[in-house]
Amino acid sequence: MGIEIIMTVIMGFTLLGAVIAVEIKNLLSAVIALGTVGMGVSIAFLFLMAPDLAIVQIAVEALLLIFLIRATLKPDIRATHAHIHPVGLGLVVLLCLGLIVFGFFAFQPLEFGKPVMAQRSEIPSSHYLREGLRETGAANIVTAVILDYRGYDTLGEATVIFTAVIGALTVLRAKAHRKKGGPK
Amino acid sequence: MVFPLCFALFVVGLYCVLAKRNTVKIVIGLAVMEYATNLFFILLGYRKQPRLADVQAPIRVSVANLDDFFFKAVDPLPQALVLTSIVIGVGVTALALALCIRLYQRYGTFDIDEMRRLKG
Repeated sequence: MGIEIIMTVIMGFTLLGAVIAVEIKNLLSAVIALGTVGMGVSIAFLFLMAPDLAIVQIAVEALLLIFLIRATLKPDIRATHAHIHPVGLGLVVLLCLGLIVFGFFAFQPLEFGKPVMAQRSEIPSSHYLREGLRETGAANIVTAVILDYRGYDTLGEATVIFTAVIGALTVLRAKAHRKKGGPK
Repeated sequence: MVFPLCFALFVVGLYCVLAKRNTVKIVIGLAVMEYATNLFFILLGYRKQPRLADVQAPIRVSVANLDDFFFKAVDPLPQALVLTSIVIGVGVTALALALCIRLYQRYGTFDIDEMRRLKG
């Protein structure tokens, strides 16, 4: 069985999960459906030979589900109107249909299974594959790239995560905006 | 057919962000878009072989036969970048959810139109 068939099946499943997550009324069910999307993407990573990504995706997915369930588990959530104003909704649906048609034709010439690395030999990916073990001593080339060749990138990632966590803690702080002499 | 399906997943997320009024639904749409983008990059870096079992992950299991590894391994660079992107994505989503929880505590609703009306 070819990789295209496997990927089509997995992505059909993922697409189904995404549509359910978007359209279902109950928020908790939507969150669970989003979880199936994440797990489908993780399985796709496994078939595309990216085991590190599959592991990270599963770990992150579990964490994200905990956050989302914490946000939606309220006993008194009232049902909201699902959509925006009808005219705007029509425009959005037209835009999305147009985008799908555009994507269908725009991605046709892009051939699956032939990365740029295989067509040109002087790009960084080829260098990493050929010299990665000798230059960094890491057998896993992905690890060699994120922790050695592009270590500053990972430092920036840590900065972004730190900022996001500080922002979330600031937003969720129980005692907000109480200064000395300010309004009680 | 694989790339248009991935783009369709992205468009589903975009529709959710544009057309829904519930803030948690908007965050779900952002997460779907993020998944689609990550998957697209990994699809771009895949190298197809005649047999499925011949494709290798970018992990050197033996020091010998470098050429065999060089011509069968998939592209490691998109994998490294997407690894960063996944972790940043969960940070961004957590921050957006914190804003949703805060807005719910302030206005008692997830509906963005109702929030605007309550604000006056």
